[in-house]
Amino acid sequence: MPAAPQPDLPPDAGLPDDVAALIGVPQYPITADFDVERSYTYNTCAATENANPIYWDDAVADEITGGPIAPPTTMSLWMRPHYWQPGAVGEQVALQVHFDLKARFELPEAVMTDNTLILHDPVRPGDRISHQQVLRSVSGPKTTKLGSGRFWVIDIEYLNQHGDLVGIESYTGFGYRRTVDDSGSRDGGAS
Amino acid sequence: MTAPKLLLGRVSIGDNTPELSVDVTPTTVVLGAIASRDWRPMHHDYKFATQRNGVADIFLNTPSQAAWFERYVTDWTGPHGRIGRMTFRMRDSVFPGDRMVFGATVTDVRTDDAGCGWVSLDVTLTAHHDGRGERTCTTCAVAVALPTSDDDNPWTRRGAAWTP
Repeated sequence: MPAAPQPDLPPDAGLPDDVAALIGVPQYPITADFDVERSYTYNTCAATENANPIYWDDAVADEITGGPIAPPTTMSLWMRPHYWQPGAVGEQVALQVHFDLKARFELPEAVMTDNTLILHDPVRPGDRISHQQVLRSVSGPKTTKLGSGRFWVIDIEYLNQHGDLVGIESYTGFGYRRTVDDSGSRDGGAS
Repeated sequence: MTAPKLLLGRVSIGDNTPELSVDVTPTTVVLGAIASRDWRPMHHDYKFATQRNGVADIFLNTPSQAAWFERYVTDWTGPHGRIGRMTFRMRDSVFPGDRMVFGATVTDVRTDDAGCGWVSLDVTLTAHHDGRGERTCTTCAVAVALPTSDDDNPWTRRGAAWTP
């Protein structure tokens, strides 16, 4: 994997051995359940009122991007599981390493605080995207306005069906247990 | 159609990009979550967001914020602008009832070893709300490639010619 997009967290000497053993190890190599399709381009552009003609006008797309592409920042959506599918048990989640860490540290809540995208070859309708997740670092125990827990950084590498690098994404998550005073708005990110 | 083309030579450090103001509704949040296939309940279920997560309302998810930043930047560059790198920090959440205001300043203009023209932008997403006041929710650093001439097109770059 190319250079990491986000800096590592300060090392935690007290990190449990089983978690430390996962750092730097590719996990959950998965190929998407479905091909890239234009309907999601329209959904994204509608949601953000994005009139960029490369997404709406095929002549412009042909001229500028060599044909239709998906908005580059939608890279992660192709790897998100269906909400339900036959045989699936329980909630289907993306970014399984994040949920593994929540469970391992018994932290019921989590938010994402930082996100980095490094964008390489455009994603095109008909592509089939694959990815793998790599835990980069885990902080020691921290307390914020949200509660007490740990931060972690997870990198994701996205490839298309030709093995070409589509992009690299990095998330910093904060898994936490809420404090007792929990009324009103609070600082935090998104998920 | 001839698409507008912002050339690298027309951009200078310190330039400010036009503000974008958007009133956020529950539909804004839910549309963004569905478009990004994010089924987590804090992006569509008010009770889950407020009672379980302890936040003020459902809130804009991470991929939606990325898509809004992309839209904001490429509104300015035109369709030839190609984002190579985006890093953002979410300090506070964006809720229905907020007015999102995007603004940006050019922090760098350069041409790399492969001849690709790059502009760096510091983008800020500020939320305005009568009750919650004005909050800087997200700060975002973007590197976007721009054509260096009328016959240059960053979208044609691959491999060693594209180093975001």
